[in-house]
Amino acid sequence: MRFTPSPEQRQFAASLHDLLSGADTPGAVRAWAEGRPEPGLKLWRDLADLGVTALRVPEECDGLGAGLTDLVIAFEVLGYHAVPGPLAESVAVAPALLGDGERLRALAAGRLLATVALPPHVPYALDADVAGLVLLVENGAVYRGEPETEPVRSVDAARRLFRVAGTGGALGATDGSAFEAGVLAVAAELLGAGQRLLDEAAAYARQRHQYGRPIGSYQALKHLLADVVTRLELARPLVHGAAVTATARDVSAAKAAAGEAAYLAARAALQVHGAIGYTAEHHLGLWLTRVRALTGAWGGGAYHRARVLAGA
Amino acid sequence: MDLDLDAATLDFRGEVRGWLAEHVPRPGLPSMDTAEGFAAHREWEATLARARLSVVTWPREYTGREASLVQWLVFEEEYYAAGAPGRVSQNGIFMLAPTLFAHGTAEQRDRILPAMARGEQVWAQAWSEPEAGSDIAALRSRAERTDGGWLLSGQKTWSSRAAFADRAFGLFRSDPSSSRHHGLTYFMIDLRADGVTVRPIPQLDGEPGFAEIFLDEVFVPDADVIGEPGNGWRVAMTTANNERGLSLRSPGRFLAAADRLVDLWRQRGEPEWAAERVADAWIGARAYQLYTYGTATRLAEGGQLGPESSVNKLYWSHLDLGLHETALDLLGADGELAGPWTDGYLFALAGPIYGGTDQIQRNTIAERLLGLPREAR
Ligand SMILES: Cc1cc2nc3c(=O)[nH]c(=O)nc-3n(C[C@H](O)[C@H](O)[C@H](O)COP(=O)(O)OP(=O)(O)OC[C@H]3O[C@@H](n4cnc5c(N)ncnc54)[C@H](O)[C@@H]3O)c2cc1C
Repeated sequence: MRFTPSPEQRQFAASLHDLLSGADTPGAVRAWAEGRPEPGLKLWRDLADLGVTALRVPEECDGLGAGLTDLVIAFEVLGYHAVPGPLAESVAVAPALLGDGERLRALAAGRLLATVALPPHVPYALDADVAGLVLLVENGAVYRGEPETEPVRSVDAARRLFRVAGTGGALGATDGSAFEAGVLAVAAELLGAGQRLLDEAAAYARQRHQYGRPIGSYQALKHLLADVVTRLELARPLVHGAAVTATARDVSAAKAAAGEAAYLAARAALQVHGAIGYTAEHHLGLWLTRVRALTGAWGGGAYHRARVLAGA
Repeated sequence: MDLDLDAATLDFRGEVRGWLAEHVPRPGLPSMDTAEGFAAHREWEATLARARLSVVTWPREYTGREASLVQWLVFEEEYYAAGAPGRVSQNGIFMLAPTLFAHGTAEQRDRILPAMARGEQVWAQAWSEPEAGSDIAALRSRAERTDGGWLLSGQKTWSSRAAFADRAFGLFRSDPSSSRHHGLTYFMIDLRADGVTVRPIPQLDGEPGFAEIFLDEVFVPDADVIGEPGNGWRVAMTTANNERGLSLRSPGRFLAAADRLVDLWRQRGEPEWAAERVADAWIGARAYQLYTYGTATRLAEGGQLGPESSVNKLYWSHLDLGLHETALDLLGADGELAGPWTDGYLFALAGPIYGGTDQIQRNTIAERLLGLPREAR
């Protein structure tokens, strides 16, 4: 047993992190929210160059044929940087829904962005206005989705949600594995977002002074953040473990725990920042609202806990 | 990244499972905090040792099997799933022994470890003092030089199982001009020696699970000093991370308890109000299991246990408590009836106190892992 990311996976995560740290990701998120996807799409092209969009595409269609562990390693970094767009949909789910080699090649190369609705747990298609391919999965059948023209507003302004109706005959069928991959990707994204919120809060607590002392010297804040560390550190092995076993029970445990840990991180990070964290100008809000949205998306806590109990 | 057990580990799991199925006493042993139960648990240690199962990770010469950490975790999973007795020798096996492996002499290891492995000598940890709890560096018990050894005086307290144990290990101030963590020496003490008085202290359940130890010029030979005199703090810290980080409560214990909790929830008709808490107990135990596999991987690759062991301790103590609270709530009015769940609950209540309190663990996490400014100390 070797239950830790491989050196190659660490290297992959580090290069993603370097790429995204150098880009103005918060700026891209804000532009995306305003309906100006170009900076975000530029990020996607860079991510495609590093192989992110090809991860789950089979090798015979120019993909990497990577496993779920590579997927979660990547998604933790994507969440850490709040990358906008239909990430789980296009990178984790669509490759498992499509049989068509041409589309798979386009996905792998990053020429095609896909999105998908999988009611009831994923009722809206994220970023259907930007995606070149909109899918709808109903009762195990995959359809072309016809999105409405106006988005439904999300608490996370960068998540542009669209109602979709199915059109035409079924393109194919799917077992549950596409959904599981999406849940797992989102769990990893939440983990990354939670880690970012923690890092932001710790950095602020070291630097901000009140009453003549760094606020990070107060135990009330230390202990709040220590609890966040603990939750995140114990959620990460669940995400990695679910990527290894791919059982529904482990995937649900990962989503429930990562969601809870990230949410705790969000609450704590806002509290540590005080009013500055509540402003639209400060970038903290990008992660605060992302975490709130993803906590309920792809099955909320109650749904995933029920699956844990059904499988335990 | 994988969770595969190799063939040797799978064989070992099978052997352990088979052996436990035949040997675990039914019904369980009486509480180890009674004279009768202590003797029964000591005998159980001997039974384990005869099957070379009492200290599986140790070298063969000391009745171990040189098992890997992953194999030890597997052993623990089987052990708790089988409902086997608590380990009366645990403080010796998991705290003193690692210290001896790291800092002891060959003579000390040869003399002490085999008897420990067979339960012939049960060890108590004597760190806490009336005025030195969380702040262990404030300890006052002292050691004075004498011919061929030291004379120990002072008072230790809250020493688990000391009421019936044979020997104890602890820190004493050997340099009277020193303060805090300087000038301390790590000693092994015979609890039957002249000048030692052990006063049992009944715990919440009424049984004397820990004790005070009074020392009045107790002679301890040089052979029972671990490491260099004056270097006791550093010697002791090896075991502190071991205790918090891995060995004190292995995941097997919580996996077994979480499975029992899920069963209880089913027996009670799967009440909706408890579903979230029951699921969280299962998720928490699974998280801790996987987290520990990660730790074992890191250690196998030459890593060290550092401040992240505080994450571990803080996590399992709350997992344990929450799990037992949920069980008692599920039992409703019968939750107050003394039995395995109330025993487990009373046991879990102490988790956030011993081995470093919650607050101390949180300070460590915030200061050492997040780099927040240190407290005045
Ligand atoms: C069941 C049980 C078994 C035990 N077994 C052993 C044993 O075998 N051997 C042994 O040596 N000891 C043992 N102990 C003792 C244990 O290690 C101590 O209880 C522990 O270190 C805390 O010390 P204290 O009880 O003196 O509490 P104190 O240190 O007095 O703490 C009291 C409260 O103050 C808080 N506090 C203290 N300092 C700070 C700070 N800087 N910041 C914030 N809060 C703070 C603590 O968190 C706690 O809530 C055992 C205890 C129990 C309950």
